Amino acid sequence: MLRFILNKLALILPTVIGITICAFVFVRILPGDPILAMAGEHGVTPERYALLREQFGYNLPIWEQYFRYVWAALQGDFGVSLSSKRPVLEQFLTLFPATFELTLFASIFSVILGVPAGMIAAIRRGSWVDQTLMGTALVGYSMPIFWWGLLLIIFFSGYLGWTPVSGRIALQFFLKPITGFMTIDSLLYGKFDAFVSALRHLVLPTIVLGTIPLAVIARQTRSAMLEVLGEDYVRTARAKGLSPNRVVGLHALRNALIPVVTTIGLQVGTLLAGAILTETIFSWPGIGKWMVDSIFKRDYVVVQSGLLIIALIVMAVNLLVDVLYAVINPRIRVAS
Amino acid sequence: MKLTSTLLAATALVALMAGVAEAKTLIYCSEASPANFDPGTTTGGNDFDASSRTIYSRLVEFKHGSTEIEPGLAESWEISADGLTYTFHLRAGVKFQTTDFFKPTRDLNADDVIFSFDRQQNPENPWNKYLPDLAWDYYTGMDMPKYVKSWEKVDDLTVKLNLNEPNAPMLANLGMDFASIVSKEYADQLQASGALADFSTKPVGTGPFQFVDYQLDAVIRYAAFPDYYKGKEKIDDLVFAITPDATARTQKVLAGECDIAPYPNPADIASLKTNDTINLMEQAGLNIGYMSYNTTIAPLDRADVRHALSQAIDRNALIQALFQDAGATPAQNLIPPTMWSWNKDVAAEAYDPEAAKKVLADAGLTTIDLWASDRVRPYNPNFQRAAELIQADWAKVGVTANIVNYEWTKYREEGKKQDRPGAFQIGWTGDNGDPDNFFATLFSCAAIGVSNYSSWCNDEFEALIQKAKTTSDIAERTKLYEEAQVIFAKEAPAFLLAHSQVYTIVAKSVTGYQMDPLGIHRFDGTDKAE
Repeated sequence: MLRFILNKLALILPTVIGITICAFVFVRILPGDPILAMAGEHGVTPERYALLREQFGYNLPIWEQYFRYVWAALQGDFGVSLSSKRPVLEQFLTLFPATFELTLFASIFSVILGVPAGMIAAIRRGSWVDQTLMGTALVGYSMPIFWWGLLLIIFFSGYLGWTPVSGRIALQFFLKPITGFMTIDSLLYGKFDAFVSALRHLVLPTIVLGTIPLAVIARQTRSAMLEVLGEDYVRTARAKGLSPNRVVGLHALRNALIPVVTTIGLQVGTLLAGAILTETIFSWPGIGKWMVDSIFKRDYVVVQSGLLIIALIVMAVNLLVDVLYAVINPRIRVAS
Repeated sequence: MKLTSTLLAATALVALMAGVAEAKTLIYCSEASPANFDPGTTTGGNDFDASSRTIYSRLVEFKHGSTEIEPGLAESWEISADGLTYTFHLRAGVKFQTTDFFKPTRDLNADDVIFSFDRQQNPENPWNKYLPDLAWDYYTGMDMPKYVKSWEKVDDLTVKLNLNEPNAPMLANLGMDFASIVSKEYADQLQASGALADFSTKPVGTGPFQFVDYQLDAVIRYAAFPDYYKGKEKIDDLVFAITPDATARTQKVLAGECDIAPYPNPADIASLKTNDTINLMEQAGLNIGYMSYNTTIAPLDRADVRHALSQAIDRNALIQALFQDAGATPAQNLIPPTMWSWNKDVAAEAYDPEAAKKVLADAGLTTIDLWASDRVRPYNPNFQRAAELIQADWAKVGVTANIVNYEWTKYREEGKKQDRPGAFQIGWTGDNGDPDNFFATLFSCAAIGVSNYSSWCNDEFEALIQKAKTTSDIAERTKLYEEAQVIFAKEAPAFLLAHSQVYTIVAKSVTGYQMDPLGIHRFDGTDKAE
């Protein structure tokens, strides 16, 4: 098993190097000069321009800038935000629990609805139920997040007044973070009404962020189920007179879930990418909104390091999924 | 043990919340997170809303709702006849805010004033580099290092500012956000403990509200400062709910989740205007959208050609197409009509394509570069669309416009080059309500290659604006700027488009809130009906 993990890590290393190069180059090939971008319409005198270039290290050769950046990142120093002048990592750690909480709820939402929807569609293959479910999944998959979010806000918050428009919790609750998870912190403070408020604030962002993964999981579950349901051992189980529920729930589902688990793992990337838009729409104070704000502020250090940290998280989760997959299915680790 | 302390904390919090429930809370849905809470180090309007206008005060202040200067921490001042010495008499008994992290032992004095500026001016001051890559952008942007010679303490409540050369806008500069007065005692305390960076995250000032808490990118909480020198505010708590999406901000006011929200979407303006449940406040912004002709390249070096190009543009149709329901005031002068010295007798070119056609044909102008960028600016929501409409207008007078596109930063980089050909769309939002901030920043000879996109250097105009800079007599300055506007209109170095309208959505329960011509959002004097 250790060898398997080491193999996987060795495979990840070139990807990590690639990502550091991408994040570094991406910020530098953007048109325009970061110093002039910061100066705004005021402009900047040539002397001051030279001084600032030196301060930010932009006067160094590009390769030296890259190695300085990687060396610092290896030591956990992801730089200091140009706008807030605070360490990027410190800001990231403050904001990450909010994103984690939201993506966790969105994952649960997409799995709880996606897996049964895929199963039902597979069992009732070709029926109107199947077509409705898969049609809806296709619509969900194609829905632009920003439009879907605003639509839900206008209807449920604006028109019906059922859900809050944005934020993580009603402003009357002033809870100093303990874990950073609003749902957990509210309970730790013993404030049930704050907990309810946190849940209510999670409803719309969870739906918006969970919609695309939900559609993907439903479609993946359906195709995996269909494949398994056609297998000989399922036919045998049926022939033995087992109840349809037992055949589907026990024999078919367990095997169908293997590719679904992989899909769920892969959705982490989708969720983090979706969080960028979802958090902006719902003023959700997580890393997605932080990245968007930083792009608008031209805070290149945050954008560069934020990209790197997010990419590292996606890779770490995928590695974890690979490992779990190997634990569930010994054939994988033998094969590799 | 841990459980007990958690329970105790929870109980205390419940008690606190019970108290808060009765307090009068005003919720402002702000458009972005502040970079930090030290107004000397930041440049964004949202940064200033969250720091300088809430937590801090200045020697002089802008009168609420205007760009006029009134006494602030300095209750009076004298300016020497040569304009080189400003003597400020500080108000006695002004308290700094008492917070969890700082308990002041003395009132405001001259040391605080001197420290507030010295930290920005003097590279030897340990606070000059207290944050990484600190640039003091506004202080240097307003040329303060060039003008300020020294600050002198006369006594505890008298402080003198000595200048290297007279600078009439200096008083207005001292009302700006970067000139907020900070506590030297607090700085000393942080320096002793080595926690200098806390100065930007745990602010202490003498303003109407004191800092309570900031949850990054989410909520900023303030409480009314009970010992504020102008008296405690009517609202008890002020909350900034950071809401970057314009639609969400609007919905939050409509849903009663916030009381005031700035910058609604232009597309929502029409429906908000007819909505009886809120007040939609509007005001002409302290800005100007314009198009600079490069006056150094023939035939644009001829004033009659520049006039003809401007005459050929149907300005009203252009404004209607660009600003739609949000509206904008057609510009007559470079400065907006809300600013003092605006010359009402100067008129912009009337739309006259026939007259223009003749002049342009005589000058042999058949092609021109017309510059557009991708960025939405308050003074021009769509450069590209504007370029297309101007292109169509110019086509009617026989001039083919070649639209040049660049990304915003590159755009300005290329645009300010002295050999840049053609007409360049740009604009400006004022900083301090002083006309110098428009005339000198945008069209002085010294600004060529920096922010004078017309590369226009007119001796007569230059003499007037430089003279206006060195005298502090407002009546005389007004006369000089009025004359400068006449020359500007005659020489037409730029096509003046419009001053855009700025909107704020305010709940019906809010009273006393005023929009500010400088584009800042301040809540002193604001009240809320229960």
